[in-house]
Amino acid sequence: MEILVCVKRVPDTAENEFELNSAGNDLDRDDLVYSVNEWDNYAVEEAIQIVDNVGGSVTVVTVGDDESEEVLRREMAMGANNGVLLSDEAFEGSDGKGIAAILKAEIEKGKYDLILTGAQADEGAGQVGGMLAAMLDYPYASLVNKIEAVDDAVIKVGREIEGGNQEMNEIQLPSVLSIQTGINEPRYVGIRGIRKVASVDIPVKGAGDLGIDAAKVGDAGAKTKRVDYFVPDLGEGAEMLEGSTDEIIEKLIEKLKAKGGL
Amino acid sequence: MTQIFAYIPFKNGNAEDVALEYPAAAEKIDPSASLTAVVTGTGPDVDAVAEEMTKTYKEVIKISHADLAYPNAELVRKALTDALPHDAVILVPHDTFGMDLAPGLSVKMDAAYAADIVDFEGIDSNALKMIRQELGGAVYTHVTSDISTGAVITIRPGSFAPTEAGSAGGTVIDKSSEVKDLAAKRKFLEVVVAEVGDVDITKSDVLVSVGRGIEDEENIELAQELAEAMGAVVSCSRPIVDAKWLEKSRQVGTSGQTVKPKVYLAMGISGSFQHLGGVKGNPFIVAVNKNPKAPIFQVADVGIVEDILEFIPELTEAIKSQ
Ligand SMILES: Cc1cc2nc3c(=O)[nH]c(=O)nc-3n(C[C@H](O)[C@H](O)[C@H](O)COP(=O)(O)OP(=O)(O)OC[C@H]3O[C@@H](n4cnc5c(N)ncnc54)[C@H](O)[C@@H]3O)c2cc1C
Ligand SMILES: Cc1cc2nc3c(=O)[nH]c(=O)nc-3n(C[C@H](O)[C@H](O)[C@H](O)COP(=O)(O)OP(=O)(O)OC[C@H]3O[C@@H](n4cnc5c(N)ncnc54)[C@H](O)[C@@H]3O)c2cc1C
Repeated sequence: MEILVCVKRVPDTAENEFELNSAGNDLDRDDLVYSVNEWDNYAVEEAIQIVDNVGGSVTVVTVGDDESEEVLRREMAMGANNGVLLSDEAFEGSDGKGIAAILKAEIEKGKYDLILTGAQADEGAGQVGGMLAAMLDYPYASLVNKIEAVDDAVIKVGREIEGGNQEMNEIQLPSVLSIQTGINEPRYVGIRGIRKVASVDIPVKGAGDLGIDAAKVGDAGAKTKRVDYFVPDLGEGAEMLEGSTDEIIEKLIEKLKAKGGL
Repeated sequence: MTQIFAYIPFKNGNAEDVALEYPAAAEKIDPSASLTAVVTGTGPDVDAVAEEMTKTYKEVIKISHADLAYPNAELVRKALTDALPHDAVILVPHDTFGMDLAPGLSVKMDAAYAADIVDFEGIDSNALKMIRQELGGAVYTHVTSDISTGAVITIRPGSFAPTEAGSAGGTVIDKSSEVKDLAAKRKFLEVVVAEVGDVDITKSDVLVSVGRGIEDEENIELAQELAEAMGAVVSCSRPIVDAKWLEKSRQVGTSGQTVKPKVYLAMGISGSFQHLGGVKGNPFIVAVNKNPKAPIFQVADVGIVEDILEFIPELTEAIKSQ
C-alpha cells in the first residue's frame, strides 16, 4: 500500500508558555519550541505498521518553510521512507483550504492508496483532511482509531465518537483518514535515528513544480484569515492560593472540607 | 440579507442541546438574518424532530431519506449540497459529527470555512468576524471569513446561551425530493459501545484527575495515594489513556466519561474544552498546574501554581496526618 502522511510543524504546547508580543497582536515567537503535531506521530506510526504488514511505502509531506524540514526528518527517523517539503512564498497566508489545495496538487503527482492526516493540529480546526478528501473526491473518515485492511480496494475503519464509542465504517480506497491519538503507541525516536536520516535528500517543491495557480492559494486565495491574537477579559478566574507550600496546603484542606472533598 | 441554516443533530428522536444554542449564535452573526433549521434522517424520528424544531425556528427544512437513517457524513454532505443555497451561512456543531461533515461540505459548497467558533462579532461588508482558540485554549484569536460566497462554520457546543424552546410556530418545508444520488464510498456498519471498566468514575463525588503533567506512568501512584487518603477515585485526561497508563473508563471528557462530582481536582491538566466538556454539574474545581497561564485557571474555583510531583505527596501526607 502506498501511503502519504501529511504532517505539520507546530509550537509544542508542553514546552511553551504562550505570551503575546509587545504589539499584542501575535504570539511572541522568539523562543518558541516547535515539534511535530502530536496527532501526526500517530498517523505516521499507523502508516508504518500498515506497510510492515502488507508492504508498500510511507511518504511524509508538509507545507511549510525551510525549518519544517526537521519534522520530515523526524518522521523519517521513525521509519517513513520518503519526505517531501512543499514550500513557496506564494503559500504564505494560506487558510486551511489553501493548504489542502497545495497538498492535493502533490497527491495528484503520485499514486497513493491511502492518505493520512492528524485529527487536528495546533490551531484546533481539524480541517485539512476533510477538505483534501472532498477536493480529491475520495471518501473520508475523521477521528479514526482503528484501521483494518479488508482487501486491496476496501478498508474497515473505526471512528471515535462521543463517549468513546466507536463507529465502524467500510471505506473504498483510495481514501483520506484523519487519525486520532491512542490508535497506537508511536515509537520513540532517538538521536541516533535522527542522525541516520540527517543527510537523506528531501525534495522541495514550489507552486511552479506543482502547477498551482498562485492566486488560488496563500493570502490571495484565503477566504478565512486570522486578524490577531488576544487575551480576552474573562473575569476573575480562579482564586489563586499563595504562600509557602505548607500554607497553601492548609488553605486547600480548609476549602476541601467546606466543599465536601474531605 | 444573510441566510443562516443550522444543522440539527439528533439521537433517538431527540435534538441535541446545540439545537437551542444556534439562535443566540445567529443573532450575533447578524440580527437581521433569516434562520432556518435543517433536519436530515428518516421515518418518524426525523418527522418528530422537525416538528419539535418548529417551536424554536420559524422555518425548518426536512430531508427524509432511507439512506440517511444513520448520519453518515458523506451522505449528509451530499444531501445538504443538493438542498441548500451555496451562498448561505451553514452552522454545524464542532463535535465528532461536525468535524466529519463540515470541512468537506465547505469544499463542495465552495464556501469559506471556520472551525470551533466560540463567539461572533458581526459582519462588516461581507467579512464575518469571529473568535476562536488555538493551542489547546492557551490563546484566543479573531478570524474573519469572507461570506460573500457562503460559509460553513462549526460552533463549539456550550458556547452560546440556549434559548427556551418557545412557540415560534414555524413551518416544515420538505426538501427530500431535491436530494439526488446518495451513493457513497463510505458505508456505516455499526457502533461499538465503549467497554465498561472496573471503576465507575461517574459515581464518585470526589475525583482526583491527572493529566499529562504527571509525566510518568510510575507517578500515577501518587494520585492513587492521594485519592485513597481523600476517599476519592482517580480519573484522568486523554493523554494518560493514550499512553495506556490508566484504562479508558477513567477518562473524563467528550470522548470519555461525563462526570458530575462535587469536587474535582485537576492535577497537571491544561483545561482543553474536550476535557472540560466531560465535567458537568458545576463542581468545586481545584487546579494545580506549574504554568500560571494554563487555561484551566479560567474555569477553576481555586488555583495553585506548583509542581504536582512535589505537591501531591505533601498534600497526601497533610491529609493523612489530620
Ligand atoms: C506556509 C504557511 C503560512 C501560513 N500563513 C498563515 C497566515 O498568514 N495566517 C493564518 O491565519 N494562517 C497561516 N497559516 C496556517 C494555516 O492556515 C494552517 O496551516 C491551516 O489552516 C491548517 O492548519 P490547522 O492547524 O487548521 O490544521 P488542521 O486541519 O487542524 O490539521 C489537521 C491535519 O492536517 C494536516 N496539516 C495541517 N497543516 C498542514 C501543513 N501545513 N502541511 C501538511 N499537513 C498539514 C496534518 O496532518 C494535521 O494533523 C500558514 C501555514 C503555512 C504552512
Ligand atoms: C475529538 C477529540 C476528542 C477529545 N476528547 C478528549 C477527552 O475526552 N478528554 C480529554 O482529556 N481530552 C480529549 N481530547 C484531547 C484534548 O484536546 C487535549 O489534548 C487533552 O485534554 C490534553 O490533556 P492534558 O491537559 O492532560 O495535557 P496537556 O494539554 O499537555 O497539559 C498538561 C498540563 O500539565 C502542566 N504540567 C506539566 N508538568 C507539570 C507538573 N510537573 N506539575 C504541574 N503541572 C504540570 C502543563 O503546564 C499543562 O498545563 C480530545 C481531542 C479531540 C480532537
